[in-house]
Amino acid sequence: MEKITADVVIVGAGGAGLRAAIAIAESDPDLDVALISKVYPMRSHTCAAEGGAAGVKGADDSLENHFHDTVSGGDWLCDQEVVEYFVNQAPRELVQLEHWGCPWSREDDGSVAVRPFGGMKKKRTWYAADKSGFHILHTLFQTSLQFPTIKRFDEYFALELLHKNGKCRGVVAMEMRSGRFFSFQSSVVIMATGGGGQCFPFTTNGAIKTGDGMAMAYRAGVPLKDMEFVQYHPTGLPGTGILLTEGCRGEGGILVNKDGRRYLQDYGMGPETPVGEPVLKTMELGPRDRLSQAFWHEQKKGNTVETPWGDCVLLDMRHLGEKKINERLPLVRELASSYVGHDPVTDPVPVRPVIHFMMGGIDSNLNGETPMPGLFAIGETACSGLHGANRLGSNSLTDLLVSGRRSAERAAEYARKAGEIPEDPAMTAQSEDVVTAIRELLQQSGGGESIAGIRREMKSTLEEGAGIYRDEEGTLKACEKIAELRGRYGKIEVHDKSNVFNTDLQQALELRNLLDIAETVAEASLERRESRGAHQRLDHVERDDEHFLKHSLAYRQPDGRPRIDWLDVTITRSKPGVRDYSGGKSE
Amino acid sequence: MSMRQMELEVMRYDPEQDDEPHFQSYSVPCEDDWAILDALNYVKENIDTTLAYRWSCHMMVCGSCGMMVNGEPSLTCKTFIRDLPDKVRIEPLENFPIERDLVVVLDDVMEKLRMAKPFIIRHDEPPPEDQEYTQSRAALYKFKQYTMCVNCMCCYAACPQYALDSSFIGPAVLALAHRYNIDSRDQGKSERLDLLADHDGVWECSFVGACSEVCPKSVDPAAAVQQMKIDGAKEWWKQKLGGGKS
Ligand SMILES: Cc1cc2nc3c(=O)[nH]c(=O)nc-3n(C[C@H](O)[C@H](O)[C@H](O)COP(=O)(O)OP(=O)(O)OC[C@H]3O[C@@H](n4cnc5c(N)ncnc54)[C@H](O)[C@@H]3O)c2cc1C
Repeated sequence: MEKITADVVIVGAGGAGLRAAIAIAESDPDLDVALISKVYPMRSHTCAAEGGAAGVKGADDSLENHFHDTVSGGDWLCDQEVVEYFVNQAPRELVQLEHWGCPWSREDDGSVAVRPFGGMKKKRTWYAADKSGFHILHTLFQTSLQFPTIKRFDEYFALELLHKNGKCRGVVAMEMRSGRFFSFQSSVVIMATGGGGQCFPFTTNGAIKTGDGMAMAYRAGVPLKDMEFVQYHPTGLPGTGILLTEGCRGEGGILVNKDGRRYLQDYGMGPETPVGEPVLKTMELGPRDRLSQAFWHEQKKGNTVETPWGDCVLLDMRHLGEKKINERLPLVRELASSYVGHDPVTDPVPVRPVIHFMMGGIDSNLNGETPMPGLFAIGETACSGLHGANRLGSNSLTDLLVSGRRSAERAAEYARKAGEIPEDPAMTAQSEDVVTAIRELLQQSGGGESIAGIRREMKSTLEEGAGIYRDEEGTLKACEKIAELRGRYGKIEVHDKSNVFNTDLQQALELRNLLDIAETVAEASLERRESRGAHQRLDHVERDDEHFLKHSLAYRQPDGRPRIDWLDVTITRSKPGVRDYSGGKSE
Repeated sequence: MSMRQMELEVMRYDPEQDDEPHFQSYSVPCEDDWAILDALNYVKENIDTTLAYRWSCHMMVCGSCGMMVNGEPSLTCKTFIRDLPDKVRIEPLENFPIERDLVVVLDDVMEKLRMAKPFIIRHDEPPPEDQEYTQSRAALYKFKQYTMCVNCMCCYAACPQYALDSSFIGPAVLALAHRYNIDSRDQGKSERLDLLADHDGVWECSFVGACSEVCPKSVDPAAAVQQMKIDGAKEWWKQKLGGGKS
């Protein structure tokens, strides 16, 4: 097996991985960076983000405001020193992107424009029409091309972490084109592999979002934090799960049920605001968890609209007019027209909640450090404690930049201290073991299980047992079922035996990763016996700060099942309070 | 939702086994609102797990799923079966070597992207780190459409010049260079000139406009190339007469 050494290995070339790579290259041209990605960087799912990136801008807003919105939006499960650092750095990072050429939308005076977003008290979401993530990703990718020290390994699939005496030592990866294996040896690995929404059936997450980095870290003994917190976005297109950005509501779109009622006012987010004049932090601009939960109740009451793709509510944007829709929401118009045949200019568009974002991930801190020295985690694959129990829309794109740069500084320092990577037969042996396991997987046959079959069962299990609302019985059943599926995984067959671009094998490996993280989602949902943010229990309806103002940590046990432990939340200046989305009417 | 039986004729090629690419037929029960990509996914899940193709976002932005559909370079997540006959032929993008089945080798264009220097180049200091450039909406709209390229490479599959000679830089990369040239924040035009105006650059374009016709994101690379020709000629004369860089 070929060995490649690098001062820093970054796994993942989405927004987070690219930002980190650039920061290292800029700050220390003596460090070589190996940037590994299972797809070409510009295919990374950051490209799908539509709405924008939050950072305080303008005199009427303050860092303090952004801090409080984030902490209360996260139902006080945020680590406040992380939030503090994040809101402080956000504007600088967004300006940096502007200097790198990001085509942000502009105000009349030529300054960068900001739009309202859910749960944010002020307009502070920087946007590039409704293709913000796409432009951020391409700007970062194109900017990265000027740095010779960033060596890319495009379409290399990372398989397993290498580690010794509790320290990270690299990663093993497979080149898709050739099926050859490579042992990347390094004292620093930055995991930037994105989320894992594909463990649910109905999701805005692309096919590549299979939680690989989380699963690799988990199997290497690193805990996954807050995995029970999975965000539903309230406005997905039925059928495909394609997202219609929160920007639709930020610009003034409204949600109505089958009777044309703006039902959010019935769920603590009223009183009703005038149509087309969105008021921040109330009604349609309430937080995502609340909006998705309101849908669930409307469906129970029979107030939803039946469509060929199941029950929906309607997102009405007609009053925005064609001009505004074309200027601010062109992609939304194209997506809704193409995929469900409803042009938002002339028709209300059917939507329903859809799995969107994982607040949980690899246990990390403000610096991206994980409990395993040498292993860093950033972006959606990490859980630094920024998002708490519910991420506010547009905080994530900014987090890619802030955590990307910060972790790069620390990782570079760590790499310089670690110095030369020693020749180590143990690492080569560990790498060989990974390869042997894959060769065995390729050869096994006759077990009678299929990849697609197990994947389908896993997805429906999580939706049923760990969806918008959960309870003891359902989550318990989900835990058992996923453990069973993990057992049955041993009987799958990979039919494709080719070394060249073997997507059958890739899907088998991704399924293994999905099963691992799905089990932590189910187990942590079972153990958190309270309701908080995106985690709502029908049998424990209140938030319980006395017992659960804590992060959950899922550790993998020798038998493969997770064990849940708890970690205190860092509270600095905002004591847990009530989340108020009445538009200030109840203050 | 009603169903329609479609026949997909898919090009297959595994370099480890096949001397030549060949076609394989799949009969797929499709829902009315499906895109070609959904039909391929149906095959992969239910009929033949060995079929190889790239895809990810299924929402027209990641650019992974470019293929030839009935001879047209297309993004398969936005090519709907409602617009197609019952029998559809799916092949890898033309003008690229085939890696496996519907997956093509993209090394050449990936390397050319770098050659375009697609990043802001400044000779003057940029504004301080807490201050943005001012850019009017008019200035933004000037280059905005060229930022929409998803690098799906459909334009390369359509380009007659690239088909003849793959050293030609080609539509998407030229459009990208132009995008930076006309961004009010950039001052790197002259550094991009050498590459783009030499024999593999803009002058090779025969201006049939096939690139702009097939672009699934309505980018107009042909217009960019045309503009660059004009700019390039001006610059060339300026350097000739003025005896130095502008
Ligand atoms: C439709 C949609 C819209 C969104 N809109 C917004 C928004 O408006 N504002 C906002 O703030 N957030 C938004 N989000 C969330 C945000 O876009 C994501 O959280 C963020 O882009 C994730 O970035 P990332 O860099 O962590 O991961 P990604 O961009 O997903 O990149 C992951 C990278 O890891 C690589 N990788 C993964 N596994 C492996 C492996 N095994 N081997 C090698 N490489 C691997 C991939 O190739 C890829 O390069 C949205 C999300 C979605 C899905």
